[in-house]
Amino acid sequence: MTVRCSALFLVLCLGISAEGLVAPASAQAPSGQWVMPRTVDGHADLQGNWSNSTLTPLQRPAGQEAVLSWEEAHAIEQGRAEIVIAKAQPSDPDRPPPEAGGTFPICIDSATGCYNEVYTDRGRRVAVVNGEPRSSLITFPSDGRLPTWTPRALREMERFSEFNGQFGEYDHPEVRPLAERCLMSFNSSAGPPMVPNYWYNNNYTIVQTADHVMIMAEMVHDVRIIRLVDGLRLPPHIRPWMGDSWGHWEGDVLVVETTNFHPLQRYLGAASDDLKVIERFSRVDEETILYEFTIDDPVTYSEPWGGQIPMRAMDDQLFEYACHEGNYSLSNVLSGARYQERVEAEGSQD
Amino acid sequence: MSSAVRSPKNAVGKVVLGLLAVALGPVYAQAQSSDIPRTSSGRPDMNGIWQALGNAHWDIEPHQARAALQMVPGPVVPIPAEAVVAFGAIGAVPPGMGIVEGGEIPYLPAALAIRDANRENWVTRDPVVKCYLPGVPRATYMPFPFQIFQSESAFFITYEYAGADRNIYLEDPGPPQVDSWMGQSVGHWEGDTFVVEANGFTGQAWLDRSGNHASYQLQVTERYTMTSPYHMLYEATMEDSSTFSRPWTIRLPLYKHIEDNARIGVFKCVEFVEELLYGQYRKTGP
Repeated sequence: MTVRCSALFLVLCLGISAEGLVAPASAQAPSGQWVMPRTVDGHADLQGNWSNSTLTPLQRPAGQEAVLSWEEAHAIEQGRAEIVIAKAQPSDPDRPPPEAGGTFPICIDSATGCYNEVYTDRGRRVAVVNGEPRSSLITFPSDGRLPTWTPRALREMERFSEFNGQFGEYDHPEVRPLAERCLMSFNSSAGPPMVPNYWYNNNYTIVQTADHVMIMAEMVHDVRIIRLVDGLRLPPHIRPWMGDSWGHWEGDVLVVETTNFHPLQRYLGAASDDLKVIERFSRVDEETILYEFTIDDPVTYSEPWGGQIPMRAMDDQLFEYACHEGNYSLSNVLSGARYQERVEAEGSQD
Repeated sequence: MSSAVRSPKNAVGKVVLGLLAVALGPVYAQAQSSDIPRTSSGRPDMNGIWQALGNAHWDIEPHQARAALQMVPGPVVPIPAEAVVAFGAIGAVPPGMGIVEGGEIPYLPAALAIRDANRENWVTRDPVVKCYLPGVPRATYMPFPFQIFQSESAFFITYEYAGADRNIYLEDPGPPQVDSWMGQSVGHWEGDTFVVEANGFTGQAWLDRSGNHASYQLQVTERYTMTSPYHMLYEATMEDSSTFSRPWTIRLPLYKHIEDNARIGVFKCVEFVEELLYGQYRKTGP
């Protein structure tokens, strides 16, 4: 199923659901056992379209074990399916008008109807890694939770908050979230790390050549170019969006190291100039790449952390997420705030 | 054919050379298909970072230099419009021989009027001023590099400008399900030429900075032909019966970047146009 959807705040975008996940043509050994597909260079073939949408949250909910029972996993998937069915029902034409003053994220599931299940693709399955249904994508630290921030990171975040605090929430485009500005996806779709956004368009295209791996995230049509050959690294002061990625093969595993992150690309709110993300891509069967990531930033986190995310093959197309071209919302958000200020100022003069 | 082109030793070779020279002009007559890099399956290997040179991105039709992209009547002669006058010589349009076969785009009268109006209102109408996606074929000859990722199973182009990209499908997925800025592209090989059929456009993208345009019905047939390890001939035929009286073709060489540190940089110009698009909505008072 392919659907047209709108992005955050009614920005035009095109979306795709994770329905129809199928295995591409595969090499089968005479015994019927799966054989690693390989490129002409002999490397594991990671190419194709993939989705990392999942019902497994990033962090482990309190009281859960790392590995769910299959009964628990099925209950989660069944619960989600029932929500999708319920919210896919036709709208009541006699419903009352939306309440005034509704704001994100309240409007998501409210009567305003700004997002319904036609728009979203939050995932339908619990993440299964090594045959285990997982309760969290984070696998280390062992509690499946983010490690604590260092005192230095806390001080830095305090400074960051103080700086932002001098502006009102809707004063300038630069104080709005990156996704609302159509600069990057919400959460960390293109990453690195490439983490599901639990919303929509968790889809990727991978193309491999002898000296590059190209990963296109459907969100914001972001392209990561990973260099596999020796070359000049970016100097420390050049910090592009998505950083500077270099890869190499360790057997059949593609290992990618990324540094030089953009100062505003602060996944989960924190990142220092020393942030390094290490990713490992392993084709584990015809339908799955196991994606593993490690966040190494001793300035920010008390210990390294990371996780495992299955990326599942899909044979649907990805579509152009022309977010900026249809971004009427940012104008409306800012001009709406100015209008409100004018109205309030006129009111105070009465 | 290739060896005949380089050193025609017989009448047939001379005829081939002559035809090529007529069809492509002397610049492209160096075609040497045996010299180009090839993939393991024998296809031309187009992997790499490519870029157009020249001034087609200003105006794809032959043009002489002019003071600015947007002009208004002046007391003596036309002068740069107020919005662009501060750019001075940097905002002036350099001359160009154009890339349109035959020199002139065969507009229908109404479409020509739109082009002229676009030109008169360039700064507010050109989608690239707002960092919108460039469309096809404009993406190819923007003054930015692009990178081709070609494997046995995929052909993907990513453009530095605005992070635009195109997955050129090697299997036809059927008609485009939706219109988009960069369209839907399907490619196949005709000998050593990679032929791409692109359609499904929104009709909002322009063809250059001079207001040249097409509608959502635009059908582009691109032909990528390597003429040396470092040169590629790019041809694109535009068909759009609501805009043009007949199909027409552009043709230009592309050059491969050979410097050691060549790379596609990140040019997310969205943030660079926020002042342009949203500056009027900033909070200015207390």
